[in-house]
Amino acid sequence: MTAAPTTVGGVAPQTVTRSGFELFWLRFKEDRAALLGAGTIGVLIVIAIFGGPIASAVTGHPNTEQYQQIMQDSFGLPKGPTSAFWFGSDGEARDLFVRTMYGARTSLIVGVVASGIAVLIGLVVGMIAGFYRGIVDTILSRTGDVMLAMPQLLISIGIVAACSSNKNGCVIAGPIAIQPGLALVIAVIVIFSWPYIARLVRGFTLSIREKEFVEASRSLGASDTRIIFREILPNLSGPIIVYTTLLIPQSILFEAALSYLGLGVPPDTASWGGLLNDAQRYYDTAWWLMFFPGLFLVITTLAFNLLGDGLRDALDVRAER
Amino acid sequence: MTASGSTQTPLVELQHLTKHFSVKQGVFARGKGVVHAVEDVSLVVNKGETLGIVGESGCGKTTTARLMVKLLEATSGRILFEGEDITDLSRHRMRQLRQQMQIIFQDPYSSLNPRKTVGQIVGEPFVIHGTEKDIKSRVQELLARVGLNPEHYNRYPHEFSGGQRQRIGIARALALQPKLIVCDEPVSALDVSVQAQILNLLKSLQSEFDLTYVFISHDLSVIRQVSDRIAVMYLGRVVEMGESELLYEHPRHPYTAALLSAVPRAELDANGQKRTRIVLQGDVPSPVSPPSACVFHPRCPRAHAGTCDVETPGLTSFEGDHVAACHFPVERWPMSEAELRAGGTFADTTS
Ligand SMILES: Nc1ncnc2c1ncn2[C@@H]1O[C@H](COP(=O)(O)OP(=O)(O)OP(=O)(O)O)[C@@H](O)[C@H]1O
Ligand code: SF4
Ligand SMILES: [Mg+2]
Repeated sequence: MTAAPTTVGGVAPQTVTRSGFELFWLRFKEDRAALLGAGTIGVLIVIAIFGGPIASAVTGHPNTEQYQQIMQDSFGLPKGPTSAFWFGSDGEARDLFVRTMYGARTSLIVGVVASGIAVLIGLVVGMIAGFYRGIVDTILSRTGDVMLAMPQLLISIGIVAACSSNKNGCVIAGPIAIQPGLALVIAVIVIFSWPYIARLVRGFTLSIREKEFVEASRSLGASDTRIIFREILPNLSGPIIVYTTLLIPQSILFEAALSYLGLGVPPDTASWGGLLNDAQRYYDTAWWLMFFPGLFLVITTLAFNLLGDGLRDALDVRAER
Repeated sequence: MTASGSTQTPLVELQHLTKHFSVKQGVFARGKGVVHAVEDVSLVVNKGETLGIVGESGCGKTTTARLMVKLLEATSGRILFEGEDITDLSRHRMRQLRQQMQIIFQDPYSSLNPRKTVGQIVGEPFVIHGTEKDIKSRVQELLARVGLNPEHYNRYPHEFSGGQRQRIGIARALALQPKLIVCDEPVSALDVSVQAQILNLLKSLQSEFDLTYVFISHDLSVIRQVSDRIAVMYLGRVVEMGESELLYEHPRHPYTAALLSAVPRAELDANGQKRTRIVLQGDVPSPVSPPSACVFHPRCPRAHAGTCDVETPGLTSFEGDHVAACHFPVERWPMSEAELRAGGTFADTTS
């Protein structure tokens, strides 16, 4: 169509001609803290993907290789940073630098995957509860409340301990079994994370469903599914992105907590939480064991928090005009 | 806007339509209250006309509108559309019927999804009903028709002014070429100058597309501009209804009279009569516990004790299809407050 502009209703707005995304970007790129967070996360992702192998290649130290001869003193205690072992060695005389780099992969995978699954479950449950209300809402919300009321760490210890006691894990029903390892850790984190998201999403859904644009869509003949996914979901993107970025470091810390209790990923697999767990045995003799993985954990947590805060500000719909 | 021709065929008919909302009362939700939002409303909307619905805030205008386009289920009563009873239609049939009746909302901000482009918003009806192949060009036609730049297809609602947003809402309502459009206070949120533009647009669309309007407003001068017939609502009831000019010239219900007396109008003064404002006593009672019999009696200047609070007034007919639900309708107009009171008995004591 080549119709000339036929704006009758006064002057077309000259000042605001930006799409939602451009507007978001304009505000986001002014937010130094958020950019720093995003940049750091970028670097962390690169480390997670390539860091381990590169560190191994550069130092010539494989992930699980033990260097008792050079990196343990006469008492069998780990040695601190040297020019060949940048972060020193861990309790098993492995290269802590290489282990920390490999640990980035485990920790980020746990953080991202666990948060992703939790958000997905929370979204679906929250939207259904908020949209249909009534009995459906009562059942879903109470289930979530029960999950939140349980002593998380205690239950986690129970589950993980029960499932880690033998190689087959704990059999739920026939072929369905929970086996120890990454998947189990992720599952435990998801179980205790989704109710937060569901509660949040339910609240937003309850208020969005009363908006007139939802009525308008219904009066056009839209189905419930269409209303949920096309009208309500897009309006949840802001809070969801923000909460995901905040949930990721929480999940990483959760994994660290489980590892610290010796319930995390298998000992050979490096994770920051696992490294910190090892560190407690040498807390008074080997500061580097605590320091380097801890530093990465703190930086990661901080970076996601900065990004989350920045996204929250930049996505604020109320400030959109 | 005048009704087309003299043959009046009803498009929509409401028969004894009632809507109650149950609400929780008190902190511990022990008592369940019932909001009588719409109570026994019967009215007819004829093809091609504009029926104005006017009344104070909370009198049930929006609820009536939502019942009419089936966004709400009625508690009791029936709705006929082109003679067909649509009160309890199947989902499938209702979906088809939705193409025939659309609604324009009061709030130009919350009625458009902030996360969708104008193209997606106006194109949604075509997507839902799969009636159009080249959606984009249809949407652009519609945008041009309602006075928007078709090139603004990819913009988001927040980039438009209130008036322009209302035009987007109108384009969306128009898309499926409905027979009925219910306009729920479409200009209340807009500046007066923009109001006139939107009203003119609605007017020209009506003749172009043969539309029937139900036009809701609390603004009597807006209602007069657009309506062929008017229904006056009070506490969920239609208390007076009739042809627009007749009703404005000579309101029969004391409530309508009081509303009209509050509107500054040149005609009244031109009659040589001094325009007096009839001030109603007290506030609108709660729709949770409406007064007995004539719900207007606690505030009515003409109320007769022993009649108005005991017997529910039926509809009295006047010229044409003009009706009013009152035991003691206003005999002539304009009338001063004192004259109006003279017809009553116990309201005198309150002044
Ligand atoms: N979903 C609901 N639940 C409970 N009460 C309701 C609901 N919707 C409306 N009401 C009540 O019903 C009555 C009529 O409301 P309605 O919105 O129809 O009035 P209105 O004439 O459109 O008012 P306004 O001019 O403020 O828009 C009011 O008392 C309102 O509080
Ligand atoms: S005169 Fe009586 S019946 Fe008529 S409006 Fe007043 S109270 Fe109601
Ligand atoms: Mg209303």
